[in-house]
Amino acid sequence: MQSDELKSIAAREREAEAARTACINVCAAASCQALQSDELRKALTQAAAEQGYGPEACTVRQVGCLGLCGAGPLVSVEPSGILYQRVQPSDAAEIVAALEGPPVARLQLDSGMPFFTRQHRIVLENSGRIDPDRMEDYIARDGYSALSTVLHEMQPADVIAEVAKSGLRGRGGAGYPAGLKWETVAKAAGSPKILVCNADEGDPGAFMDRSVLESDPHRVLEGMIIAAYAVGASEGYIYVRAEYPLAVARLKTALRHAERHGLLGGDICGSHFTFRISIRLGAGAFVCGEETALIASIQGLRGTPRPRPPYPAQAGLWGHPTLINNVETYANIAPIIRKGGAWFSQLGTGRSKGTKVFALAGSIQNTGLIEVPMGMRLRDIVFDIGGGIPGGRRFKAVQTGGPSGGCIPGEFLDTPVDYETLTSLGSIMGSGGMIVMDETSSMVDVARYFMEFCMTESCGKCIPCRAGTVQMHELLGRFCDRRATPADLQMLETLCDLVRNTSLCGLGQSAPNPVMSTLRYFRPEYEAALVSEMVGAGGAA
Amino acid sequence: MSVCTFDVDGKTITATAGQTIFDAAWDSGIHIPRLCHLGGLSDVGACRLCLVEIEGQRKLQPSCLTLVTEDMVVRTNTPQLREYRKLIVELLFAERNHVCSVCVLNGACELQSAAADLGVDHIRLSPQYPHLSVDLSHERFGLDHNRCILCTRCVRVCDEVEGAHTWDVSGRGADCLVVSDMGEPWGLSDTCTGCGKCVQVCPTGALFLKGKTVAEMQKDRSFLKYIVSARERKNGTQ
Repeated sequence: MQSDELKSIAAREREAEAARTACINVCAAASCQALQSDELRKALTQAAAEQGYGPEACTVRQVGCLGLCGAGPLVSVEPSGILYQRVQPSDAAEIVAALEGPPVARLQLDSGMPFFTRQHRIVLENSGRIDPDRMEDYIARDGYSALSTVLHEMQPADVIAEVAKSGLRGRGGAGYPAGLKWETVAKAAGSPKILVCNADEGDPGAFMDRSVLESDPHRVLEGMIIAAYAVGASEGYIYVRAEYPLAVARLKTALRHAERHGLLGGDICGSHFTFRISIRLGAGAFVCGEETALIASIQGLRGTPRPRPPYPAQAGLWGHPTLINNVETYANIAPIIRKGGAWFSQLGTGRSKGTKVFALAGSIQNTGLIEVPMGMRLRDIVFDIGGGIPGGRRFKAVQTGGPSGGCIPGEFLDTPVDYETLTSLGSIMGSGGMIVMDETSSMVDVARYFMEFCMTESCGKCIPCRAGTVQMHELLGRFCDRRATPADLQMLETLCDLVRNTSLCGLGQSAPNPVMSTLRYFRPEYEAALVSEMVGAGGAA
Repeated sequence: MSVCTFDVDGKTITATAGQTIFDAAWDSGIHIPRLCHLGGLSDVGACRLCLVEIEGQRKLQPSCLTLVTEDMVVRTNTPQLREYRKLIVELLFAERNHVCSVCVLNGACELQSAAADLGVDHIRLSPQYPHLSVDLSHERFGLDHNRCILCTRCVRVCDEVEGAHTWDVSGRGADCLVVSDMGEPWGLSDTCTGCGKCVQVCPTGALFLKGKTVAEMQKDRSFLKYIVSARERKNGTQ
């Protein structure tokens, strides 16, 4: 597809949009779909037809995530921008009848609430605004224009320089500078080079990547194709968990459409660049999100990590130089190319640029998916965007970074959210899970929950992680049952130190984080669970 | 052959280019503890006993996989490392049912001698006592999962030296088990050649010769050196 074809598709789509009276968007991401948003869409389509709206006058379509998952199924009406929450199929006629009049007040969701107004959407700019199964929708919103620019006007080195200038860091958790990684792969000797998109999102309570793939799959593909051109890769893989069937289905559709239109395959966009993408399904092991384990899994081996170096950038998939980035990292690429690295680097803090998508969950009013500029205060995220804690209970802690992260207590609510600050607080940015806890949560329980997760997800290769997590889990159990001794507390800390410093991969090295951060900020809760040495010794035997 | 010199525990030693810290140190009489490494097999860096401190590096590195570089300063035996190693050995003892007094390899076991060398005289952790099976279906050998430390030497020797790949690991975390073929009894394995290499490389009494009683077994690994060096010279491998 040439750039003039892209433009004509975009123009045609915009014309059709201008000719419409209204467009009813029904969220069709996993969480709303679980609430029968499919039935709702059918009911709305039928109601529109019954009330005399032809398909040209009023389109009812599926869109990606509208963000406020806790209030689903969600419906938005364009061009008025009215949002409806908890819509049932029985409400369909009423909503259609209100298209050209005042909105249905009992269902209306205030689109001026901070949850919507305080976000800054780059990765999610199309989420909830386009039909993920229609490539034309994506093209109408400048989709694939960055790719066309890159292939016809930029050298690979220019693309890398632009990404480096943006200051974009890996969104999978470790925060390695994307430009630097791309440059390493571009310079690495060996061919072919391979590109991998890590969509093996596995942190409990995290659903950022799933939502991006379900809402705007072409954005990820475009980012991958641009990255492939920049590093000189000819083959790409998307490693996505099999537990995300909807994301996989939408990705497959997107791949098929992109291939059919010459955006993937040979001579992309009329250039001489060739790139193909295949999907690989993960079989449910958390550790396969670790890059070396992911590589092993794609190669058909047991998904266990191996020591680095060599890093995948030098020797990855089948020994070839491999670029591995996360879904969200790739999703940032097209806007960076379109608007420039300088634009992106204006957002955020000193060393953390751009925005970050978070999955807000736990004891919070507004559960859902948000995207905020780096450096926003935790307080603003929890109380402004998140709407605070329900039921008049008090805030206790926010857990970031999933099983590799930590709990941040109330006294640090005013710290800005970026890679360095979260690390200094004993947590990590991670992939973007954010679980809010209120005063009723026991931090020892939280630590044990995450330790149980790490214990069952340990691959079993190295001893500290395989056997250390078992022992830590058992010790935490004693604290939960209030039969721990001071010696148990000491051993727990000793094991945390061992597992952190001697485990082979990131999973093991970060497994003690939830324990260490709760010990750091909520130590009295552990101490309250202690019994005297004599009683405890008898109980533990 | 290019040579480089580096510092191990305050001693300047030489190594040939491409040698690992572990091998170079071992050649100079500095014996770093290990359980998964075995000369002649590929390295996996799984047991974490051979971790060393390298000046200028934030993280501990497995010496079996880290190549020597000129002027590198390595410490292999700090109090911190000894404490880590001791606890790792304790973790192994607590993980499965290692009862030396009833084991065929008592007195010749690598786990036992590692524990003795590191001064492990009791286990501070709670023993898990898992219920694990013993596979005696093979005519000449036995596999006792209770004594397995999942070092994967058997997996590697079978794959890399014998070329049969009868063994592999199944399961995850604490549920990991070494399995033959697709998990059928060893005696029914179609791929096992009965060569016994796995039995000889096993550091503990997990893989053993039938007919031996307590403390009667010795493991002989000399074959590995002959096969591997003959392969390097490309002779005698037909």
